[in-house]
Amino acid sequence: MSTINHHNGFQEGSRRSLEKNPSEDITENIIATILFCCGLVSVLTTFGIVIIIFQVTFEFFQEVPLADFFLDTKWTPLFAERHFGIWPLIAGTFLTTLTAMAVAIPLGLSSAIYLSEYAQPKVAAILRPAVELLAGIPTVVYGYFALLFVTPFLRNFLPLEIFNAMSAGLMMGIMITPTVGSISLDAIQAVPNSLREGAYALGITKLESIFKVLLPAALSGITASIILGISRAVGETMTVVIAAGQQPKLTVNLMESVETMTAYMAQISGGDSPRGSLNFKTLYAVGAVLFLLTLALNIVSYWISHRFKEKYD
Amino acid sequence: MATSYQGNNFIDSSAEFTDNIEKRESLGKVFEIIFLLGLLIGLFILALLVFDICQDGLARFLTPGFLTETPSRFPDEGGIRPAIVGSILLAIIVMLVAVPIGVGAALYLEEYAPKAWWTAIIEINISNLAGVPSIVYGLLGLGVFNYLLGFGPALISGALTLSLLSLPVIIVTSREAIRAVPDSLRYASYGLGVTKWQTIYHHVIPYAIPGILTGVIISVSRAVGDAACLLVVGAVSFLTFDPGLFQRFMALPIQIFSYLSRPEPGFANSSAATIIVMMLLILVLNGIAIYVRQRFSITR
Repeated sequence: MSTINHHNGFQEGSRRSLEKNPSEDITENIIATILFCCGLVSVLTTFGIVIIIFQVTFEFFQEVPLADFFLDTKWTPLFAERHFGIWPLIAGTFLTTLTAMAVAIPLGLSSAIYLSEYAQPKVAAILRPAVELLAGIPTVVYGYFALLFVTPFLRNFLPLEIFNAMSAGLMMGIMITPTVGSISLDAIQAVPNSLREGAYALGITKLESIFKVLLPAALSGITASIILGISRAVGETMTVVIAAGQQPKLTVNLMESVETMTAYMAQISGGDSPRGSLNFKTLYAVGAVLFLLTLALNIVSYWISHRFKEKYD
Repeated sequence: MATSYQGNNFIDSSAEFTDNIEKRESLGKVFEIIFLLGLLIGLFILALLVFDICQDGLARFLTPGFLTETPSRFPDEGGIRPAIVGSILLAIIVMLVAVPIGVGAALYLEEYAPKAWWTAIIEINISNLAGVPSIVYGLLGLGVFNYLLGFGPALISGALTLSLLSLPVIIVTSREAIRAVPDSLRYASYGLGVTKWQTIYHHVIPYAIPGILTGVIISVSRAVGDAACLLVVGAVSFLTFDPGLFQRFMALPIQIFSYLSRPEPGFANSSAATIIVMMLLILVLNGIAIYVRQRFSITR
């Protein structure tokens, strides 16, 4: 009896070790669950951002009417006579972003074209990471450089204010160049060689093939990179808070001081506004506008780049 | 008459064509130089920036005590020790928190996740999170860590906020590294009767480590240089002691910002000197990661 049992046990045991071990099964499930929870953190982050921002923003709009926020043309929440018109902050953001893109689009695209079409592979392998270094420099450093190098330099030629939209925008453009360049480069390199060869077979030059074949074919990827660059510029804080100043006004003059949405947020968040005060709530209201704006831009960019992927796969 | 005209026209246009090709090719050369210049402008400004900062800050950087003393009200005195300690602590916590969670999430999405609508949502969600501005993460940190969990404007709040900020980059780059592991490796492992996790732990992760570390380098150096979300969470600009986990804190980018916002001219040099320290710290972090990556590539 006992020998049979023993025998059976042995058989079962050896069969199990070949097929499945229940303790291993449990470990596997635990690990899968832990990894799933790691993935969940990103979802929770999003929920956290949305809930926290919009909860306080909702409180803000119970005190300040929506019409004031979107129709007033003055932004003076810290003054005795308070105005809550968001437009001066949006104008400041728009102005610095436009300047940045005027730098980043030509520089980013020419980097991408040169690296993809002209540079020897060995040279490109060195130059591409070198350009991408620009994106790794902390943005506070660009702020320093804009305020203490670019502005004094430009003041030799232009009547710039000490804090101005131009210097901040120019440096932000340099910072965003790799964002535009990298994604455009991928888009240009994804254009099949048959298109290039077909173009050459028709007797056109390299330059013409770039402008008439490659860039149109890569257009969706390039557009996506530009929109992503705009989103970066809209959300960038340290460069503008250091170099563009804190004067919310409706202007298109690059030589004046402006205030962006992010710069206002940095200014108000120095810890002076107690929780629950109206000043504290403006931080979230502006944050909500910034979040929605960058979210919209990111979604558009994602959507365009995914449409483009379907084309050649 | 009509035919000869046609013939002439043909000859003319072909002559024009050969003339043209030279012009067009030389226009191509001109544009090649323009594109190259576009590429080099960024690098030139990078060089200028490094040169300018060294010129402004090197003397101050070499002042005795700059690295070891606490800040002072006077531009030429004191040092930035609290900011250095703060930044190092922040970097360590970000690595301890964000790297395991990020790699875990990447492993889940690549190895376990079924193709379903909710995994698609997680994926889109991560790429969107990567584009959320740093200062908005600051609002999240302020709400969750400062108030909800009650840490207040402490170093741990800043560190956890930076961890959330770094997470999307780590997940995206780790996923790419894991995706690059050839399937033959997984099948060979399964063929020997090994479980899924054993396959991942012994084969997939070691193979993907160099790529994962690249993502870690990028995201941790970004976290060390980031100031916007720390401003919102409540980093202070002046501290006379080394920050602890649950105390108010400083970090190098905040120190740079605070030096810059003072009117006296000498503080600009201190700011440049602090930038040198921050860039050196980032270089050291990169150096460590590259060294580890190299080691893993060899023993793989």
